[in-house]
Amino acid sequence: MWPIIHKLGSPKWFYTMSGRWLPFLWGIGTILVVTGSVWGLAFAPPDYQQGDSFRILYVHVPAAILAQSCFALMASCSLIFLVWRIKLADMVAGAAAPFGAAMTFSALFSGAIWGVPTWGTWWVWDARLTSMLLLLFLYLGIMALRGAFASRDGGARAAAILSLVGVINLPIIKYSVVWWNTLHQGATFSLTEKPAMPASMWLPLLLMVVGFYLLFAAVTVARTRNEIIRRQPTARWVRALVQGGRNGL
Amino acid sequence: MTAERAGPRRAVEPLPGLWQGFAATLGRDCRLRFRRRSELANPLIFFALIVTLFPLGLAPDSTLLSGIAPGLLWVAALLSVLLSLDGLFRDDFDDGTLEQLLLAPQPASVLVLAKIVAHWLTTGLPLALISPLLAVMLSLPGHSMGVLMLTLLLGSATLSLVGAIGAALTVGLRRGGVLLSLLILPLYTPVLIFGAGTVRLAVDGAVIAPWLALMGAMLALSLLAAPWAAAAALKLSLDG
Repeated sequence: MWPIIHKLGSPKWFYTMSGRWLPFLWGIGTILVVTGSVWGLAFAPPDYQQGDSFRILYVHVPAAILAQSCFALMASCSLIFLVWRIKLADMVAGAAAPFGAAMTFSALFSGAIWGVPTWGTWWVWDARLTSMLLLLFLYLGIMALRGAFASRDGGARAAAILSLVGVINLPIIKYSVVWWNTLHQGATFSLTEKPAMPASMWLPLLLMVVGFYLLFAAVTVARTRNEIIRRQPTARWVRALVQGGRNGL
Repeated sequence: MTAERAGPRRAVEPLPGLWQGFAATLGRDCRLRFRRRSELANPLIFFALIVTLFPLGLAPDSTLLSGIAPGLLWVAALLSVLLSLDGLFRDDFDDGTLEQLLLAPQPASVLVLAKIVAHWLTTGLPLALISPLLAVMLSLPGHSMGVLMLTLLLGSATLSLVGAIGAALTVGLRRGGVLLSLLILPLYTPVLIFGAGTVRLAVDGAVIAPWLALMGAMLALSLLAAPWAAAAALKLSLDG
């Protein structure tokens, strides 16, 4: 067990292994997102009530799902970093945070655009919108805290503690806001129930969600690789890598 | 032989216990806060000022004001607590007391809890006590005054506990104040929702017991987790 964890936590091992996965992540992710977009935007049937405006869901739903998954990943990495002091976990958490914030913003933005034809307004103080807005503030706070520390380790540990506090608070925030007010429709996807939409509508959505996940993985892995190089510029294997790259050029 | 062994042992004074450490920290912090009277009054003045600004910005209409009074009083109290948070660990950090506190044989989380209790006794409690005065000025119905005070008592304790995490994370930073509000305000929203919501229910004469129970649950949860997290954050603030 322990040798595997140590191997997983070794930046060098991660760098070499992820170099092999990365092209597949980028490739499959891009293919899925392009297919899902073309299918969803051009070929899926229009909704009987909302017409074509429902199509924004093909961006909105994956973005909203990713916004929450990203926070979950960040919090798990923070726990691993705080408990076992595995630096790689902190690098992943740091790499995932801006993507999560961007996804939260995209979900809010696409929701606002969708709200105009459907609800007749850009913004309503509805439970899900408000909790997403608070999630965005949590992301921004974690990123700002990481940047505010002079020492990298201090910032990393502070961001990790705040991520854990945030992940305990998120369900409380979510349910308190639901009690406060609710207007948003129920969840689009559920693992246990059959979707209410026809297959021609939800299949492209499924492609989009999986594609978004793969692209998220690709972005996070790529950013983590950059961070590894940035943190260990003097390591022997990094020097060998750079010189090998130069020779190759 | 035995007497020789007992000799040096007796010379070592027994370490103060857990509750002695807690009580000493609490007493010290309360004394320090009461000696700086002006700082003690600042959150209260801030609270009264914010409440004064709203009728000026909206309209001197008592029906309008009594409608928004629960939320307004709660937001003002929350901001006053937030304003006072930066001073929770700042002075002790600057003069090195915090390091001694973390080096003490008692668990750091217990001593941090004592500091938080002292903060609540000098911020949340006075805010709750003067809130009826401001509520009268906003023409909040008289029968909901007790509920307002009760929710502020319960809620401000949660605010102090959760805020201590943010204060501990930012105490080592030179310009921690603005960052502190960015970190803490999203975490404060559940307390605000339930606090102001309970008062609004009380104004309408509805049942408030379940809402009060939820506020108590939030207090219990933060009592369990916040001192521990704040102590961990203080340790890293001293390291970094």
